[in-house]
Amino acid sequence: MLDSSCGRASDIALPWPVWAWPAALDAYDAAMMVELVTKPLVSLRNAGKIYKNGTVALAGLDLDVREGEFLTLLGPSGCGKSTILRLIAGLDSVSSGTLTRGLARDRASIGFVFQDPTLMPWASVFDNVFLGLRLQGISRRDAAPVVNEVLALVGLGAEATAFPRELSGGMRMRVSIARALVLHPPLLLMDEPFAALDETTRFKLNDDLLTLHGELATTIVFVTHSVYESVYLSHRIAVMAARPGRIIEEIAISAPSPRAKNFRTSTAYANFCAQASLALQGAMDEVLK
Amino acid sequence: MKPFGAIWRLPRWAVRTAPPVLVFMAMLAAWEAYVRLRHVPAYILPSPSLVLETLVTDRGTLFPALLVTLKTTLGALAAAVLGGVGLAVLFAQWKWVERSFLPFAIVLQVTPIIAIAPLLLIYLEAPSAVLVCAFLVAFFPILSNTALGLASADRNLIDLFKLYRATRWQTLIYLRLPAALPYFLGGLRIGGGLALIGAIAAELAAGNAGKGAGLAFRIAEAGYRLNIPRMFAALTLISAAGIAIFAALSVLSAALLGRWHESAAGPER
Repeated sequence: MLDSSCGRASDIALPWPVWAWPAALDAYDAAMMVELVTKPLVSLRNAGKIYKNGTVALAGLDLDVREGEFLTLLGPSGCGKSTILRLIAGLDSVSSGTLTRGLARDRASIGFVFQDPTLMPWASVFDNVFLGLRLQGISRRDAAPVVNEVLALVGLGAEATAFPRELSGGMRMRVSIARALVLHPPLLLMDEPFAALDETTRFKLNDDLLTLHGELATTIVFVTHSVYESVYLSHRIAVMAARPGRIIEEIAISAPSPRAKNFRTSTAYANFCAQASLALQGAMDEVLK
Repeated sequence: MKPFGAIWRLPRWAVRTAPPVLVFMAMLAAWEAYVRLRHVPAYILPSPSLVLETLVTDRGTLFPALLVTLKTTLGALAAAVLGGVGLAVLFAQWKWVERSFLPFAIVLQVTPIIAIAPLLLIYLEAPSAVLVCAFLVAFFPILSNTALGLASADRNLIDLFKLYRATRWQTLIYLRLPAALPYFLGGLRIGGGLALIGAIAAELAAGNAGKGAGLAFRIAEAGYRLNIPRMFAALTLISAAGIAIFAALSVLSAALLGRWHESAAGPER
């Protein structure tokens, strides 16, 4: 279980000896950063979710989402990862326990990226990204500079007039991310956004996402069932078990951000992946018990 | 193997339209040949050339009747669009409206219009009764298709609108109505054809003669007089009107859906 003390530098168990880490100082800096950004944006305490059909999706869940961090929820299908995102977004409510948000509940406070790009097929790329601003009553003319800036940020500056069906899967996902970022939300929720993409596109978007996270300092809660993706992206991984959904282990990824070019092939990465895989195996074993 | 168009260097539109036109011309030629070679009398089966000739000679009778029928059809279709879309929007906004009115809409749909027409002719003037009959037939497909489209907006997009605190009307205008557009246009194409059928059926029931007579009355009248070429000529005009309505609505559909919907768009990039 996670609690407010999780993530302190002194608690972080490095999975390798310090002498083996060539950039040990960077790792230490990263660990310190996790400690510095401890203000929770969202807190779930003993939270449970039971659906109308009686399915217990979550039970006894404690989770803090800290400002500025990249938190990944990792777990098998059906363990309630997406349910947590829906609870945080306010699209659903907890059946028991409490959920508190340390951010204003206005239109622009939370961005959401779904597993599918979920674009409006009848609207151009510009209009899709413009949506959040339009719903705030901002005119197209006033919004244009912001929309174009975000489109440039995700590398789609030249595609503003294209329609979603004219784009590749990776480009559609970029539009979806741009739509979420255009309001500059302090919290961005991402529900397996790259699950349907090929490995090359996924790697590229992973790097782009980390760059955006570094530039915008947005807090990100990311859902995935990929161990490798979770280790590459996160400051912290919350490993979940199913039936009912709960967090069984937290892993702090104390690797430097932005990630080094050879991070994916480093021993540290492999060690973190091994640690996350073992935790995930534990989650699967819990289900089979 | 090269495609047909590449071999003959025909424009794309010609490759697409040539097959049905050629088949149609061949059928007409066969019909003409059969009538001439077998000396079939015109009161049994007139030749296509005689039908064409009748269209020209009887134009003073047939074309005003066509205008009457078209006016009824288009008026009924316009009313069906306003009523169908309006009611579908109310259904989407308030479930109690749907629960209250949908059963009546279904009753009107399943009751044959030919059975309702005599009743309407008691309460209304003939032209109004014909218009109402055509409206009733065209109304339901537009209502049901639009209501289905409004209810079929992507669940994740609905969640996104909730997240952005969109108002009910913002959700309707920016999400539900555009999502319903392909469904509405499908209903409109069905409704366009049905409005014409409803108008013809109601005109037959009304049997309205004189200046306000539509094509259906002209067909019935020609039948009584055994003027079979005129019957065929009137039928040809009805078919042409139906095809024109369908084509116009298809063009409208392509214009509105062209770049984004799978039913109308070209191949993906």
